[in-house]
Amino acid sequence: MSAVPVPNHRALWAIYRFEMARFLRTIWQSLATPVITTSLYFVVFGSAIGSRMGAIDGVEYGAFIVPGLILLTMFTESIFNASFGIYFPKFTGTIYEVLSAPVSSFEVVAGYVGAATTKSVVLALVILATASFFVDLRIEHPVWMLAFLVLVASTFCLLGFVIGIWSKSFEQMQIVPMLVITPLTFLGGAFYSIDMLPPMWRTFSLFNPIVYLISGFRWSFYGQSDVSVGASLAATFAFFSVLLAIVWWVFRTGWRLKN
Amino acid sequence: MTGILSIRGLTKTYASGLKALDAVDLDIEKGEIFALLGPNGAGKTTLINIVCGVVTASAGTVTVDGLDTQREYRQARARIGLVPQELATDMFETPYASVRFSRGLFGRPRDPALLERTLRDLSLWDKRKDRIQTLSGGMKRRVMIAKALAHEPTVLFLDEPTAGVDVELRRDMWALVRRLRDSGVTIILTTHYIDEAEEMADRIGVIDKGRLIVVEEKRKLMKKLGRKQLTLALSQPLAAVPAALSSWPLALADAGNELEYTFEAAQDSRIPELLRELEAAGISYKDLNTKQSSLEDIFVSLVHRDDRNGAKGAAR
Ligand SMILES: Nc1ncnc2c1ncn2[C@@H]1O[C@H](COP(=O)(O)OP(=O)(O)OP(=O)(O)O)[C@@H](O)[C@H]1O
Ligand SMILES: [Mg+2]
Repeated sequence: MSAVPVPNHRALWAIYRFEMARFLRTIWQSLATPVITTSLYFVVFGSAIGSRMGAIDGVEYGAFIVPGLILLTMFTESIFNASFGIYFPKFTGTIYEVLSAPVSSFEVVAGYVGAATTKSVVLALVILATASFFVDLRIEHPVWMLAFLVLVASTFCLLGFVIGIWSKSFEQMQIVPMLVITPLTFLGGAFYSIDMLPPMWRTFSLFNPIVYLISGFRWSFYGQSDVSVGASLAATFAFFSVLLAIVWWVFRTGWRLKN
Repeated sequence: MTGILSIRGLTKTYASGLKALDAVDLDIEKGEIFALLGPNGAGKTTLINIVCGVVTASAGTVTVDGLDTQREYRQARARIGLVPQELATDMFETPYASVRFSRGLFGRPRDPALLERTLRDLSLWDKRKDRIQTLSGGMKRRVMIAKALAHEPTVLFLDEPTAGVDVELRRDMWALVRRLRDSGVTIILTTHYIDEAEEMADRIGVIDKGRLIVVEEKRKLMKKLGRKQLTLALSQPLAAVPAALSSWPLALADAGNELEYTFEAAQDSRIPELLRELEAAGISYKDLNTKQSSLEDIFVSLVHRDDRNGAKGAAR
């Protein structure tokens, strides 16, 4: 019999394909919800409120909030998709097959998280396209924009993956995105520049990791940032590395995956 | 025969503190059908799941084809197929996509002809494009079997493959298991239908409370532990066994109309001798038959004996 290839790229590809098929089955729901929500944000914040707000650092308010809005949606969608992708097989019991297969944790994670990341990036681009109907968009560093997008999406998909493994119920899966990520995003400068805050709150904000992600991403659009781009990149990589380490530990110990 | 699967000192204590397996040693021969029997909660599924990598052992080693399932997990697992006890399928997928997924997951190159053959063998070809959700329970179980066969394993675990399956499908399943065995696949199955083990298995293991209490060739087991019984329908009813025959283990049944002689299947038959003595004692009979105890009787007596031993052990 032929040996299993190392790495088992066929397994990685099989998982990726399986997950993408799952996304494609529900593509319209998956895209409609964020597109509608984002459009509402533009109507409310961009037009209704934005018209009364001045430009921030020379960027019109409607355009200013685009990067933050994209990330806001991408954070929650990434966590949701990736956590569901691994929680569901645990819940239905089909996980037995992955556990019994000649695959390493690397292949499993790359398959699941890779697929979720693909979906998140597509979603972000669809939101970006939607936004271009409402405001004048300018992207000064498109390559960096994409790089940030992919890195942030995979980071949050990894986070979602860990949450999916940790969760023992559907409700638990909602806790982190609802109670941690969304508030941190709102407080992280999605809709304002942290320079607009009083000094004390500004200092406080610097402990919020989301600030660095949004600031870096916004820089790729308008060339302006709340914190230095280097700090943004470092924070994003640090976040990514911490999650990789957690995932590695989960698979090494079989935590919440195996009895 | 050569060993294909070797289990040494396998022990499992679940997080709850429950010891589901207690130092199990077992060797499976290449190409045999091995039936693992035991009451609910005996540890059959735990054993299978550890070998397949779904549950981690607390202690002990498992090798498949000489490959350690921990250290050389890739090559070891590539040889193993598992059909678990619980029905768990990708409900929104089609059987075809699901089986193709399994083959890829196990690192094998695409092979549409093999997938078609597998699905046809399991009468699933017509259903290949339906959502698994819409299939019946028996069909879902066959999808799981197809998935387990998709990577052409050399060792196949079937954890209660015929639970909740109709008579016809059960026959089909047996035929499939035999075909697989003939093609060189080693099969380890569990079942609560003892007649199934009796019909299919080459060897039988009985597990109870996490300990393997018997491993034996089926024929030897039935001979060693089985009993035979001769029943004579008497011409005249008897009130008691005549004193002349008191050295024989005889009993009266059916209000004295039947005389029963029970003996170990392993012993040489002394029936002709008994019949001569009966004649000498003037007892006549109009009919006779013999029957052998089934594997089921043997199984029940084994597990009970183990219970009594266990109780004694606990009292001490
Ligand atoms: N995940 C688990 N956590 C704790 N205990 C478990 C777990 N899985 C099984 N057990 C216990 O381990 C013991 C053996 O269970 P197992 O499923 O191996 O039995 P079995 O022989 O397959 O039984 P059955 O014939 O009912 O399928 C049982 O007492 C069971 O309650
Ligand atoms: Mg079981």
